[in-house]
Amino acid sequence: MEHKGINLTLKVWRQQNTTSNGEFVTYQVKDISQEMSFLEMFDVLNEQLIQEDKEPIAFDHDCREGICGMCSMYIDGKPHGPWQANTTCQLHMRAFNDGDTITVEPWRAQAFPVLKDLVVDRTAFDRIIQAGGYVSVNTGNAVDGNSLPINKNDADASFAAAMCIGCGACVAACKNSSAMLFLSAKVSHLALLPQGDPERQSRVVNMVAQMDKEGFGACTNTGACEATCPKEISLSNIARLNQEYLLAGLTSN
Amino acid sequence: MLNAKIPAGPLDDKWTDYKGHCKLVNPANKRKLEVIVVGTGLAGASAAATLGELGYKVKAFCFQDSPRRAHSIAAQGGINAAKNYQNDGDSVFRLFYDTIKGGDYRAREANVHRLSEVSGNIIDQCVAQGVPFAREYGGLLSNRSFGGTQVQRTFYAAGQTGQQLLIGAYQGLERQISLGNVKMYSRHEMLDIVMVDGKAQGIIARDLISGKLERHFGNAVLLCTGGYGNVFYLSTNAMGSNVTSAWKAHRKGAAFANPCFTQIHPTCIPVSGDHQSKLTLMSESLRNDGRIWVPAKLGETRKATDIPEEERDYYLERRYPAFGNLVPRDVASRAAKERCDAGYGVGTSKQAVYLDYAAAIERYGKIEVSKKGLENVSKEEIIALGKEVVKEKYGNLFDMYQKITGENPYEVPMRIYPAVHYTMGGLWVDYELQTTLAGVYALGEANFSDHGANRLGASALMQGLADGYFVIPYTIGNFLADEIYNKPISTDHPAFVEAEKEVSDRISTLKNINGKQSVESFHKRLGKIMWDKCGMARNAEGLTEAIAEIQALKKEFWSDVKIPGGINEMNTELDKANRVADFIELGELMCKDALDRNESCGGHFREEYQTPEGEALRDDAGYMYVAAWKYEGDSDWKLVKEPLVYDVIKPSQRNYK
Repeated sequence: MEHKGINLTLKVWRQQNTTSNGEFVTYQVKDISQEMSFLEMFDVLNEQLIQEDKEPIAFDHDCREGICGMCSMYIDGKPHGPWQANTTCQLHMRAFNDGDTITVEPWRAQAFPVLKDLVVDRTAFDRIIQAGGYVSVNTGNAVDGNSLPINKNDADASFAAAMCIGCGACVAACKNSSAMLFLSAKVSHLALLPQGDPERQSRVVNMVAQMDKEGFGACTNTGACEATCPKEISLSNIARLNQEYLLAGLTSN
Repeated sequence: MLNAKIPAGPLDDKWTDYKGHCKLVNPANKRKLEVIVVGTGLAGASAAATLGELGYKVKAFCFQDSPRRAHSIAAQGGINAAKNYQNDGDSVFRLFYDTIKGGDYRAREANVHRLSEVSGNIIDQCVAQGVPFAREYGGLLSNRSFGGTQVQRTFYAAGQTGQQLLIGAYQGLERQISLGNVKMYSRHEMLDIVMVDGKAQGIIARDLISGKLERHFGNAVLLCTGGYGNVFYLSTNAMGSNVTSAWKAHRKGAAFANPCFTQIHPTCIPVSGDHQSKLTLMSESLRNDGRIWVPAKLGETRKATDIPEEERDYYLERRYPAFGNLVPRDVASRAAKERCDAGYGVGTSKQAVYLDYAAAIERYGKIEVSKKGLENVSKEEIIALGKEVVKEKYGNLFDMYQKITGENPYEVPMRIYPAVHYTMGGLWVDYELQTTLAGVYALGEANFSDHGANRLGASALMQGLADGYFVIPYTIGNFLADEIYNKPISTDHPAFVEAEKEVSDRISTLKNINGKQSVESFHKRLGKIMWDKCGMARNAEGLTEAIAEIQALKKEFWSDVKIPGGINEMNTELDKANRVADFIELGELMCKDALDRNESCGGHFREEYQTPEGEALRDDAGYMYVAAWKYEGDSDWKLVKEPLVYDVIKPSQRNYK
């Protein structure tokens, strides 16, 4: 393996807390191995800041293998950076060249207030799930798993929607900060399965109402969410959500 | 001697009898009882949701921004259950037996049998929640095989089983939150347990956004905080995974059992440099089709693809013809280390072996040719067809490998090396999952009870959900039934005040050290000591050195650590410092435990104790016990033993040859 060291200029959003004003601060990092992940490059920068008696940059991260959905950097104008179907933690420095300037911002959305530096509050997503993103089944009520055969294509389509990691990149990519892709992924996951059927009307109505209440914007179908989604959640889920919503309106009591 | 409170009677009847006779709490009283759940992975989320459904007042805590981030989400392969849907001879007994044998006869029979009994209920519950498991064309659930078993009992959702199960439990939890039965505290870290008259009565937690300390009352505290693999710095754990909550309970009196039992997973992406922050697992399922090899000759410099077949050493197939590439994890890891130590490793670091898909691609290609009835196909066309099949089966893993290494695993063999993955040790618990502290319970990876000295694949998810959905809802009632006579204590009680002060003083002490070295640098040094001397192979000399080195590191940490930023604000360095301080203490205990156990078993391999063929040599006469350590003071522990009494299974030498 080659170990090419590159030098970079980083423009990073620094903000002390939710109420303070933020600003871009410029940093230099040197001899960055292209084998590093983007967050490991941030580890190097933070170590450098600590040694310079400065406060390290706060950023969210946890599993560093692309599944927990915690990392959330807006890199050069794109959530999770330049690679397709990728999270920030899986972005590697091979994507950059010596001398590049990289701009790093937090998710920008009214419903995701900045807590500090690059860390935002995404609990709005949890509240949308609380509004109906589940099957109401208490532990102990279940019948045998194989007593309910499910068409494989439906199960696969449901799984494809359920792969959403709740990172919020779709909201960050959208010019209106709409949460429709996130919401539609959950509605699709459950609407495609018989288990989700009894609550399908109330689920979609309540979840949409909660989304609106949280301050997410409207959807205009530009598809920026789908293009940026690390798990490639399809835009067709939004069509299914609209259909579910319409049907709920027409048929509910 | 510890009393595990295992119910009397035949193994098959213990759990049923227990459930039939344990105390109950009536619905009106449940509403008055508060339960604190720390951690929201599979064990924590399932426990919090279920206890909420039952009517208890639950407070759930996690350090991440949402309960859905817990590291259970990263589990790839699957979840075992003794459903016998494949009609291939599976049964509750077989799953029980495989788990005990896989654990090298160091797990508790009664707990493992109960785990096996409830395994089927877990699948039913998850299906009812809408977990999209893989299915066959007939619409029924699909199964696959995993290491260490001869039946197909693993349920899965592509390579994201942990994610789907956690989302199921998370949704159940969010439902209880919306109903007001559970109050969620995300971005909170538990920093101490509050004990009153010998019983847990709550916790001290730190709000990681504001930095403020909070007091929370609870009639019981459930620790569902996962494993401590990050003591090695580099592991497949998430960056935030830590031992802190469990360690606080330990320091307050909860015994810590078998701390040296750690699982090193054989198939991970190797370390690429000093900057490495974590390691990534490549699912065990890859060993179904891939072949593992190293060059047969020392000092080999050719590229993998240029090395002819006869100059390759498929060492697992050579050493273990019966199980080949599918030997259990501990065996496969040690074999890789043996080859690399002997100088046959590959890659720049020479600390890697090849996992090769060329043969599988060609084999699948030929099957496709015959399926499609093609004639006169070139080798290139066969390979292209085979790649399509491999892509369908393992595409997401291959993509991940390529992102991380920059190499295309469809063209060149993957390089893999063992990495720390799971910890079988943990807080000692009795049959009811209660620790030696009254009112404190440990669930999932945080406890020690079910996997002995080595965990089989697809069993961690099973245990987490068994504990949370089906065990704790019964056993906690047996404890809380007596709590209805006690009034809840106020958080102004002196015990709360004192506990908060202790936490606050410790944070100030840490912050005021104002040294020169970052938290991360200490963590890296601890990890190196642990990996070198308490990793895949241990010996008395190395462990003795490691204990001295860790004690010195602890001193240095408490006199030279540097934590920028303030206390009453979001401060990720302070969060880390709190955790690393505990890891350092745990590291010492792990080495002490490893030094004390003069035998090899499962993941614990003492070089002094091996068969002539280099396999683990157990000493059942001397070490057929759980080593539970009681904290007595700084670097001071007392060993308490729980003898392992096997009524049903007769321990024997594990043989995979």
